[in-house]
Amino acid sequence: MKAPAPRYAVNDGVIDVATAAIGAALIESQDKVGEVTLTVTRDGLIGAMTALRDTPGLEYQQLMEIAGVDYPEREERFDVCYHLLSVTRNHRLRVRVTASEETPVPSVTGLWPVANWLEREVYDMFGVLFDGHPDLRRILTDYGFRGHPFRKDFPLTGFVELRYSEEAKRVVYEPVKLAQDFRNFEFMSPWEGAQYVLPGDEKAAAAAPAAPPPAKPEAKGAPTPLDADRIVRADDAKAPGPQATEAKVTETPADTGAGKADPGNKASEKPADPDVVPSKDGGQNQ
Amino acid sequence: MTDTTTQLMDAPGQSPESAGDVAIQNYTINFGPQHPAAHGVLRLVMEMDGEVIERIDPHVGLLHRGTEKLCEYKTYTQALPYMDRLDYCSPLCMEHSFVLAVEKLLDLEVPIRAQYLRVFFAELTRICNHMLNLGSHVMDVGAMTPNLWMFEIREDCMGFFERMSGARMHHNYLRPGGVHQDVPLKLLTDIADWLDTRLPQLFGDAISLVAENRIFKQRNVDIAIVSREDALKWGFSGPMIRAAGLPWDLRKSQPYDVYDRMEFDVPVGTRGDCYDRFMVRVEEVWQSARIMKQCLNEMPEGPIASMDRKVVPPKRAEMKRSMEALIHHFKLYTEGFHVPAGEVYVATESPKGEFGIYMVSDGSNKPYRVKIRPTAFSHLQAMDFMSRGHMLADTTAILGAMDIVFGECDR
Repeated sequence: MKAPAPRYAVNDGVIDVATAAIGAALIESQDKVGEVTLTVTRDGLIGAMTALRDTPGLEYQQLMEIAGVDYPEREERFDVCYHLLSVTRNHRLRVRVTASEETPVPSVTGLWPVANWLEREVYDMFGVLFDGHPDLRRILTDYGFRGHPFRKDFPLTGFVELRYSEEAKRVVYEPVKLAQDFRNFEFMSPWEGAQYVLPGDEKAAAAAPAAPPPAKPEAKGAPTPLDADRIVRADDAKAPGPQATEAKVTETPADTGAGKADPGNKASEKPADPDVVPSKDGGQNQ
Repeated sequence: MTDTTTQLMDAPGQSPESAGDVAIQNYTINFGPQHPAAHGVLRLVMEMDGEVIERIDPHVGLLHRGTEKLCEYKTYTQALPYMDRLDYCSPLCMEHSFVLAVEKLLDLEVPIRAQYLRVFFAELTRICNHMLNLGSHVMDVGAMTPNLWMFEIREDCMGFFERMSGARMHHNYLRPGGVHQDVPLKLLTDIADWLDTRLPQLFGDAISLVAENRIFKQRNVDIAIVSREDALKWGFSGPMIRAAGLPWDLRKSQPYDVYDRMEFDVPVGTRGDCYDRFMVRVEEVWQSARIMKQCLNEMPEGPIASMDRKVVPPKRAEMKRSMEALIHHFKLYTEGFHVPAGEVYVATESPKGEFGIYMVSDGSNKPYRVKIRPTAFSHLQAMDFMSRGHMLADTTAILGAMDIVFGECDR
């Protein structure tokens, strides 16, 4: 490793010892970017954590962090990553379990009391439930907050804002009003995987309906056009219109479809006497 | 008195009061969120039995700004300044974890002078941070003068930081691959003079007022004792775990940058009380000064940032002459650099303890997830068992010795 990141004891053999200690609960183990990650089953989490903490040769005494990660496209969308530290062996380890909104993860508060707040935070931010947690309530968000803000489908701007109301003489909550639309600039090069349609490029996408672009959340205020094939389908639902039989030409004025010239659309006649301006009803002077 | 209370609770129908007994009921008070000794916006819901604390429920999150989510919407370079706003008393150490995490994912080599500069200013930040904490701690237990003298030192540090980066507090000085700009030689010599003259004078004087002071000791010795086992179980780090008697310092055990070249001692406590925590920090200041002097002696000349043009933008002067440099500059300041997919957890020894960044990259120019591991979260959680059975007035001493900053705790 060239980078000057913190250097701790080598990973050699850790996976073997851990595999033997955890047993069947282990799903996957990997050693990437110099860090060992063990993926375990939800049901086997407590057993695996106890083994990691108490087995000689592993001795991960400290639980430093529990981090949630959201992958909305997966079936079990959440990762819960436990970061363990051994102060005697000077080594770090990551244990990962997956979870969905409904499936609770067993709480490790019985092993490490510090897990109490850490699990509360994951619950608050992602909505992961922890089974056996003594006091699972929100911790960082406001009293009475709704939703789980660190989920990928939660908007960055949120839904409510609060201000002090001079009329009500208290703090009031209101729906978020943005003076300017939220702008999320996408500077990625198109040839390096940027997934957006530049203004004007929508025609190119319509020309090839065989491969419609994947559905993406539209940027607010800059709607990308609908998929070309969807527009065609909407027309198909109606009765088909008259089919053209011959090529359309505009040789004569009749072909243009413009109709006859408006008779009133002419220059008005010149008044006989420049001093007498004819009024509409024939005034007293005439 | 507690016996009477329990009797009352158990048998409400009877009246066991004898002459002179007063029935006292537990009551709940709110400490904060607007309280000068709460060191920010902390709300402690305390259950009191007379003046004795029975239970504490800390309510945090009043300063939650969603830093981690904001980082997901910014390129790596743009996300860096958010780190300064976490622990605003030691901003450079927050940046340190972040840049090391990015470098680990990129496997980027950092020139040796840049590593020295980072270590040098990280230690200056540590001194600066401890000045604030030690000063406010002694003020929380009733002494005024040392705080003023230590703020003098802090002011000096701020001046140095301004000359280093242009900003007194939110430096935004470190970059993935090195530091933003080189420092003038005069700044280094000025800091060297300051380390030899001002710091020992002011700091020595300030500490001499409190270290052996009878009142200060009465307020701190044997307050909130934490055993080694508890320190491990509750995820303590930094001065908190060292005061409990464990010589655990990430700069020593898991060295990053050039800490493996530095010679310094790790102070540990013997009793694990508030006084030990205070004295561990005092000694750390001297050790930091020692590290800084070594940096000044050994710091080589050379580049201050990686020469990898796909990560580190070229200097402005170069940009004016070279088309290549202009393109790199443009791309790095619009699109930013791409970080290979992967995940790392990088923790450094910030002045308050282990400050970690868990970074998940999906290969694009923005982090997929940044999880910040605050030091204060585990320490503040231990507030309940640490202050149980102590008096209300001890709360400020316990809080002061924890060194909590809410920008970091709430993120």
